Amino acid sequence: MQQRSYYETVTVHNYKEVRMLTSTASLILNNHVQETTTINPSFAMQARDLSVYYGNFRAVKEVNLSIESQKITAIIGPSGCGKSTVIRTFNRMNELVPTARTEGEVYFMGNNIYAPNIDPVEVRRRIGMVFQKPNPFPRSIFENVAWGARINGFKEGIGQPSMQEWVEQCLRKAALWDEVYDKLDQSGLSLSGGQQQRLCIARAIAVKPEVILMDEPASALDPIATLKIEELMHELAAEYTIIVVTHNMQQAARVSDYTAFFSMDEDRAGILVEYDLTKKIFTNPHDPRTEGYITGRYG
Amino acid sequence: MSPQLESNLPARHRIGGFWKGIFQFSTIIGIIMLALLLITIINNVTGYVVIGSKVDPQSLAINGVALEDMSKDDLVTVLETNLSSGMIRQMTRENPLEDLTEDELYAIAIEKVVQQEILASWSLIDSIINSDGIHAEAAEMYPDGELQWKTWFTLDFILSSASSDPLNAGVRTALLGSLLVIIITIFVSLPMGVGAAIYLEEYASDNWINRLIKTNITNLAGVPSIIYGMLGLAIFVRVLQPLTSGAMFGVGDPATANGRTILSAGLTLALLILPLIIINAQEAIRAVPDLLRQASYGVGATRWQTIWHHVLPHAIPGILTGAILAVSRAVGETAPLVVVGAATYINFDPSSVFSKFTILPIQIYQWTSRPQAEFRHLASAAILLLLIMLLTLNATAILLRNRYRSQL
Repeated sequence: MQQRSYYETVTVHNYKEVRMLTSTASLILNNHVQETTTINPSFAMQARDLSVYYGNFRAVKEVNLSIESQKITAIIGPSGCGKSTVIRTFNRMNELVPTARTEGEVYFMGNNIYAPNIDPVEVRRRIGMVFQKPNPFPRSIFENVAWGARINGFKEGIGQPSMQEWVEQCLRKAALWDEVYDKLDQSGLSLSGGQQQRLCIARAIAVKPEVILMDEPASALDPIATLKIEELMHELAAEYTIIVVTHNMQQAARVSDYTAFFSMDEDRAGILVEYDLTKKIFTNPHDPRTEGYITGRYG
Repeated sequence: MSPQLESNLPARHRIGGFWKGIFQFSTIIGIIMLALLLITIINNVTGYVVIGSKVDPQSLAINGVALEDMSKDDLVTVLETNLSSGMIRQMTRENPLEDLTEDELYAIAIEKVVQQEILASWSLIDSIINSDGIHAEAAEMYPDGELQWKTWFTLDFILSSASSDPLNAGVRTALLGSLLVIIITIFVSLPMGVGAAIYLEEYASDNWINRLIKTNITNLAGVPSIIYGMLGLAIFVRVLQPLTSGAMFGVGDPATANGRTILSAGLTLALLILPLIIINAQEAIRAVPDLLRQASYGVGATRWQTIWHHVLPHAIPGILTGAILAVSRAVGETAPLVVVGAATYINFDPSSVFSKFTILPIQIYQWTSRPQAEFRHLASAAILLLLIMLLTLNATAILLRNRYRSQL
């Protein structure tokens, strides 16, 4: 029944794509029955028929995806399949690209963040982001963490942490405090790449987000720094929902609870091929394309 | 089958060497031209002069006291006996002679009574290599004159106002005019230019109207400066006359309240360098890495917070460098201010932005067009001053840039 209703939705959208999508949809539905119709606030984020265009080029096509709260969800797939584009639509960062246009909806705890009355600035505060290349502000380590909190109306008060304490707390959560506590006034750029990336994570959590999006957070780092970031993600998952885009399948397998595999259709538009528990994706994928990618035969 | 590779390395090196030679040659030509320019200027800034006097100072001595040792009362006596009563009356209209100091009275006596004048002058190179010849020539041609080494570029030269007597002429009027004009130019064009650049780069969407505006700003930077002069004349001198002459505020000098003021000149130059400042600031803002903007938006900053806290601080070195280079162009601009109506000869300091004015380049032009050779030396000294001003501005630009860079 559920499956049927999804099928119909798709039919309405685009008759020609039905055959191709049916296989994908049915696979998703086997595991996530709620996918199809309901918007459920218990999910941290949900994408509904999400399509993204750059000018006339459709980069992402009709993605439906529900992200579990306080879990780590990995998005994997070959280059150019729209992974980064998808997570950048999750906090409305993608609209900073002049030609980008988004169709469909993205729900954050049951609220459509693309609704007209929603301020993207508030969306980005509650859904933080860590970028591929470490990009601390060219300011002191302290300021890097404090600035975001300050502009978002950080107030010191009775029973509230002071800015000093809050910065320490964030740096501790980002597993950076022990390395920088004696040089908080030095430039954030004086740190190593891995430290810079953890500083960026501290900066992101300083504004008390509920979701942290990570766009290939370790791809510019060496293996040891990568390992530290991965450990950190595990610790952060207790408190935050984490969505991580990665090129690195081993990384996805190591850190994530759920994995979404994206690929391209014949128009080079990104599509969601399979979304499931990471364990299942890596041991027993349903879709032959997923299996091909995982085993290194494709992509 | 693999292709045959010819051994052509010597030929490739030869071609490289040839081009390197051409590039070196261009650089050397440039350096030679610059050196020639400096030499020509400095050549005229110092050298031998023969100074003669209409009245022999010794004949003015009273009771054996020479002019330079005289007391105040004696100096007044000298002036009163040697100058016509009309001239005295004109001089004392503002200050009676008795109120002047000894030094001032002495200066007046030298200028009006003794009437020193330059009979001949030589350039620096001449003075050095042909010193003996000059001595002989001076002794033969000007037996009454006094041969002395004179440097034209002195503190006195900078501090005294314009005069028709080359021995007393200075650039103070023109220097003050230039400084006031440029201050107005900076205060008007910098905020406007940076503001426009921020709007165009950070706010304006990429549609055809904004692209047209951007292209046209680039074109405006290439418009000949005299056209801006005409624009300034039409807008600031004529249409906005009540404002630029100060009549609106009741502070304008009624004798000169015709809009040809320092304010008009400053606004005209501001218009002239506005496109340059906008283009430079746009470049600087565009050079701010997008990662930085994204980092700022990513923690929930608004567009304004992103611009103010991250984009501008990062772009400031570039903006300042561009702005100072544009300003140093404005300092040397002559043509538009001729059109706007800079005075060619005034010898009183500008009292406010509503004063008549002249500026350094115009003073230089005026001096070079005089027939007397002495004014050439003055012109060279003024050029040297202008060059020093420009170098100072450019050095400031470099210092500021390095300072802000090191803060990043």
